[in-house]
Amino acid sequence: MSAAKLNVINACWNTRRGDPILKPLSLSLNAGRVMGVVGANGAGKSTFLRLLYRYQKPSQGRIEIDGRDIWALSPRLVAQNVAAVLQEQPTDFALTVREIVELGRTPYRSILSAKNENDSTIVDSALRKLELSEFASRRFGTLSGGERQRAMVARALAQEPNLLILDEPTNHLDIRHQLEIIELIRDLDMTIVTSLHDLNMAAGVCDEILLLKQGSVLAFGPPETVLTNQSVSYAFNVSAQSEKLMPTDRLHFTYTLMGRT
Amino acid sequence: MSQASSIKSLHALPVVWIAGFIVLLISVTFAINVGAVSIASSTVWGVLANKLYPGLIDVTWSAGREAIIWDLRFPRALLAAMVGAGLALVGASLQAVTRNPLADPHLLGISSGGAFGAIFALLHTGLFLGLLTVPLLAFAGSLAATAIVLGVARVADASTADRLVLTGVAVSFIVMALANVLIFLGDPRATHTVVFWMLGGLGLAQWSQLVYPAVVLATCGFWLWVRAAQLNAMTIGDETASTLGISVARFRLEIFVIGALITGVMVAFSGVIGFVGLMVPHVVRMLVGGDYYRVLPISALVGAIFLLWADIIARTIMAPEDMPIGIVTGLIGGIFFVWLLRRNRM
Repeated sequence: MSAAKLNVINACWNTRRGDPILKPLSLSLNAGRVMGVVGANGAGKSTFLRLLYRYQKPSQGRIEIDGRDIWALSPRLVAQNVAAVLQEQPTDFALTVREIVELGRTPYRSILSAKNENDSTIVDSALRKLELSEFASRRFGTLSGGERQRAMVARALAQEPNLLILDEPTNHLDIRHQLEIIELIRDLDMTIVTSLHDLNMAAGVCDEILLLKQGSVLAFGPPETVLTNQSVSYAFNVSAQSEKLMPTDRLHFTYTLMGRT
Repeated sequence: MSQASSIKSLHALPVVWIAGFIVLLISVTFAINVGAVSIASSTVWGVLANKLYPGLIDVTWSAGREAIIWDLRFPRALLAAMVGAGLALVGASLQAVTRNPLADPHLLGISSGGAFGAIFALLHTGLFLGLLTVPLLAFAGSLAATAIVLGVARVADASTADRLVLTGVAVSFIVMALANVLIFLGDPRATHTVVFWMLGGLGLAQWSQLVYPAVVLATCGFWLWVRAAQLNAMTIGDETASTLGISVARFRLEIFVIGALITGVMVAFSGVIGFVGLMVPHVVRMLVGGDYYRVLPISALVGAIFLLWADIIARTIMAPEDMPIGIVTGLIGGIFFVWLLRRNRM
């Protein structure tokens, strides 16, 4: 596995009627870096991620992975480079956990080829990484919310991407599994873009933070410079107060509603 | 029990196949055995053997029997098997691409178009093309309804699964209303022929016509089967499927058009037979799990067997009358499925 360099060049997205949901945005993320996308509900986080995983085409501008415009590549080739773990809940069609994870190999399989040895090694290792080996033959529909989320992460890893996109990967997870996902994000040798609601977690795991408000970029850069009391208060319309936690020296935010004490 | 049975069923797959084929052969034989004139199995296979290699077996049966076997019951049994297999395949595929467990071949307006064409032929045009008039017009109606659904889907921007289903249902209502206008304007004495057509029946099966459903079923069935991996991916959601390299909206329309072809040709020869396309895939998932590499062929097999037996019952329960097969599939199938649900509760 390797990591990809991501370039967003003046990309924006408007609705059909022309309402701007995401205003023109440029940034670049070096290979292997972890970028957190934060902002209030409706700030444009999901739209931004959809542009990156090639579900929505930018109204203008382009997205490049290792210098290649993703809309100039075939969907299959993009899928060999970019994987995403989304909030979508699969309908229960009686697939097992292993079969769900095997879906990650879809972009590598041609129309009549059977599953090969290599595929099953990759699937095994993805299952092991997410501690799902014992669940492999369980029906996906019988899993808890957290187990499903881990299965979807395993599926994305089976895709062997060099850019991994995560939409709120720690939702529905208990504390231990949240920490494990964060640990995994740190360890994975690929470029990662993740939306996160928890700013303290974002500050802890991300190299870069993209802070959005109403479709515009408020700030982009390392957590210490982007996540200030002022910017966070403005972005979320709250009163935010940060402090350095004592033994770990980590940034920690607490919030209150404005005008109340 | 779901966990244990799913593990077991994975290893038992060849057994399912072999058992399925044996049951299919027995069902075909039995379908030819029974009827107003009952015929021994040895005669059934003797006639078949002599048709394939003339003179292979000494003829011990009368020409009348041979006519019953070869001209009536064989084509009817084969048509039953093909219609059952086709409808089950379409149901399974549409359920995946719409992510709707209630999707079936008759949901998306295809059959309403077929009904419109058939009613037009039965009540208004007369058999101006001979015996093929009803099937031809029914098939044309199915294709026209499919084209309308595709057109409306484009105009209404129905790129999501939900909107495609709603588009199909809306078109289905419109076409069915128009078909009812045809019934209303038609000769009231002839409307019972329409009722019988709509309830489904295999009585008109003939060798000369079997080639059409056979060719469509074989080519479209293979087309679907080589796309089993994409069908699996479609069940986990549009956006995730698109990150796996699938052009989701286009793939869904392709499956819809292939499904329309199969449904159109089956409806043309057998009328609107319900239940098979909706329920057989669910039964199959309980047996062999959800992977479409298994779901598709086993659905075809189970659908074929199911419709053979439904036709046997339809022919014998009120002999010498043929009961419309749609009544049998709905009644027997529905009761069987309730029993299965109870057994498989989690």
